Amino acid sequence: MTAPLEVVGRSVERSDAVGHVTGRTRFAADRAFPGMLHLKMVRSPLHHARVRGIDLSEAERVPGFVRALTAADVPHNRYTILSLIGVEPEEEFVLAEDRVRFKGEAIVAIVAETEEAAMEAVAKVRLDLDELPAVFDVEEALKPGAPIVTHWGNNTFMYEGHPCRRVRLGDVEAAFARADHIVEGVYNSSPIEHAPLETTGCIAVPEGGRFTVYTNTQALYFSLDNTSIILQVPGNRLHFIGGTVGGGFGGKVDVIVEPIATLAAMKTGRPVRFVYSRSEEMQVSSTRSAWRIYLKDGVTADGRIIARKVTSYADSGAYSRQTPYALTKHAANAAGPYAIPNVSIDAYCVYTNRQPTSAMRGFGVTMASFALEVQMDRIAETVGLDPWSIRFLNAYRNGDMKPHRKLADDATLIETMQAAAALVGHELTAEQQAMTSAPRAGGDPGGR
Amino acid sequence: MAKLRGTGMAAVNYPTGMNLGGDPSQALVHATTSGSFVVTLSATDLGQGLRTVIGQIAAETLGVAYDQVVVDTADTDTGPHDMGTFASRATHRVGNAVIAAAVEARKALLDVAAEEFEASVDEIELDGHGNLMVRGVPARSMPVAEVASMAQFKYGRTIAGRGSFMKPRSEVDPETGAMDPDSTEAHACTVAEVEVDTETGEVTVLSIRSAYEVGRQVNPALVQGQITGGAWMGMSHALYETTAPYYPAPDHSPRDFSEYLMPGPLELPEIDCVVLEMPSSNGPYGVKGIGEMTANSPIPAIVNAIYHATGVRIDSLPVTPEKILRGLDARRP
Repeated sequence: MTAPLEVVGRSVERSDAVGHVTGRTRFAADRAFPGMLHLKMVRSPLHHARVRGIDLSEAERVPGFVRALTAADVPHNRYTILSLIGVEPEEEFVLAEDRVRFKGEAIVAIVAETEEAAMEAVAKVRLDLDELPAVFDVEEALKPGAPIVTHWGNNTFMYEGHPCRRVRLGDVEAAFARADHIVEGVYNSSPIEHAPLETTGCIAVPEGGRFTVYTNTQALYFSLDNTSIILQVPGNRLHFIGGTVGGGFGGKVDVIVEPIATLAAMKTGRPVRFVYSRSEEMQVSSTRSAWRIYLKDGVTADGRIIARKVTSYADSGAYSRQTPYALTKHAANAAGPYAIPNVSIDAYCVYTNRQPTSAMRGFGVTMASFALEVQMDRIAETVGLDPWSIRFLNAYRNGDMKPHRKLADDATLIETMQAAAALVGHELTAEQQAMTSAPRAGGDPGGR
Repeated sequence: MAKLRGTGMAAVNYPTGMNLGGDPSQALVHATTSGSFVVTLSATDLGQGLRTVIGQIAAETLGVAYDQVVVDTADTDTGPHDMGTFASRATHRVGNAVIAAAVEARKALLDVAAEEFEASVDEIELDGHGNLMVRGVPARSMPVAEVASMAQFKYGRTIAGRGSFMKPRSEVDPETGAMDPDSTEAHACTVAEVEVDTETGEVTVLSIRSAYEVGRQVNPALVQGQITGGAWMGMSHALYETTAPYYPAPDHSPRDFSEYLMPGPLELPEIDCVVLEMPSSNGPYGVKGIGEMTANSPIPAIVNAIYHATGVRIDSLPVTPEKILRGLDARRP
């Protein structure tokens, strides 16, 4: 690859640019098929409740009503997206069985000739629910006596026998004992929405003994494989077509609409369209988790961070979806791009009665970066350094051991900070200007 | 009451890919008799420009013009398996798979041309504009379309290639957290400038200026697009958005964009960036992923700038005017 590059490195025009800016791009839900039915969901109005009964009699009399689907209609009524990579246990229901764990949880799918008929029938389904106590705060959820959201007796996802994803390097407590300063901070974030312009949706079409599903998923095979598991049909009976996504940001890695729309197409023999409304996108689809992150750092008088202890809680909501995986990614990044020889991380995936959370841009790292980089300024102020100097002093280099025991081999934090300083006209010291990410003489500094 | 200005910074890294379940992508490439190369995938373009950059990587490796490459993707009946578009993985994983497929297809093309020209394969070259020739002998030149037709009608051969790339599964040690979860790390350093109105608690972001190190830019305009969009999204997370305005209470959650606040065009600050290229050892042409990370460093940079302006350290997001006013009140003697 030593020859000069011809095409890589050129700003050729994005293939979908003209279609998008002229409004001509066709999105998944823009298609129409003869005889297409519309699916709308009956959802829990309560945050936590026992389901006593479902009365469909009035809904069935709405003109245009075609059929209803309940839990008993779903061949394998479990939605556990990470089961594809061996993550257990199965926990979420495609349609609720005896309990609902968040406001908005799907209970009954209504299929009708028009969207209006589907909405009218949804409004006429009578639910008999017994409200249960609910919990909304990650640390409240871990206290004895808290309402239990899961079916296994506590409110944490279990990582190979541990209630949290752990990282351990060196001896944090010994380093705290010899540190000149202890700097502590608690950082919180509220949940946020992916806010795509195009809401989540699909159309499932029966075709020659197979089902073609037009979808705006970010991951066609995640959607196909999960649908195959839930419907208990071989994957080769399913044909998924995607390709244009009107905003993903991680929200369309969930595969929540395809299985039930395909089941409805199977049961009715007709094309079925299931597209989230804007309020479903905001109130029902996954959000980014709320986070609470406790940081405790041991720092020397000259500003070197010799120990960092991180205790993080991500609010997974009522079901875990992709969030257990986010905590693992968090754990691999929660010490930041700094060379810290003693690190202890406990990252908890906590269940509450909130709308479930899942993947979102920056998966497990965005809120860690917020906490860490505000904390770095706190440390700088404590030891009397400026924000640039504290980061240059502690920046990781190639050959350093990261807390998860991977050697850094592509670190360029120093060079990136030098470029930013030049961009904004911040004057660096001669020493900072001369620094590089090249391996330290003598390799990883170890315990320091 | 006053409008106070401040500057804050943040520096971050961000991993490319996440392979704790194993992370493979496949690609197929074949030549048509009309002179195109078709890249067949099942990866999805989210609007970030995946089809475009994959076309560029294929054209580069094949040695043909960008407009000779057609990217056919996102159909599970035709496209080979791909994990999906997330974790800043697609350009890295799919790009590597496409390079492997394109190398194989290019060799098949050169074999046919060599036979036709009665030359050895290493004497044949592509001019990057759709022609094959014997090196140093411009008279012995032929369009790719003609060689592809000959492969079909004269030699009975395919001009095709298969490619796959997989970062193998890494198990996490449950005691120590030891793992190899990603392929490389990209870097960013952001400086934000804000103005805080101490009467209303409102924050105006004046500028977000960043340096990014992304390995290699396949398409600089698309990298710039990610940086600009991410700066806006980070600013929005820092100051505006939440689905639980009274968190942790779940009440009054928004139902639409009139209730879910985000900054509009009038709130957009000056956004500027420089991009460093320090190629990774394992990405296609040295690529690192930039898809997710661009919203990250703007958040703490803005929060640190608010502290610099006002002396109020906010440690919960979003930073609402109420939090700033309460912070200012607490500082009054």
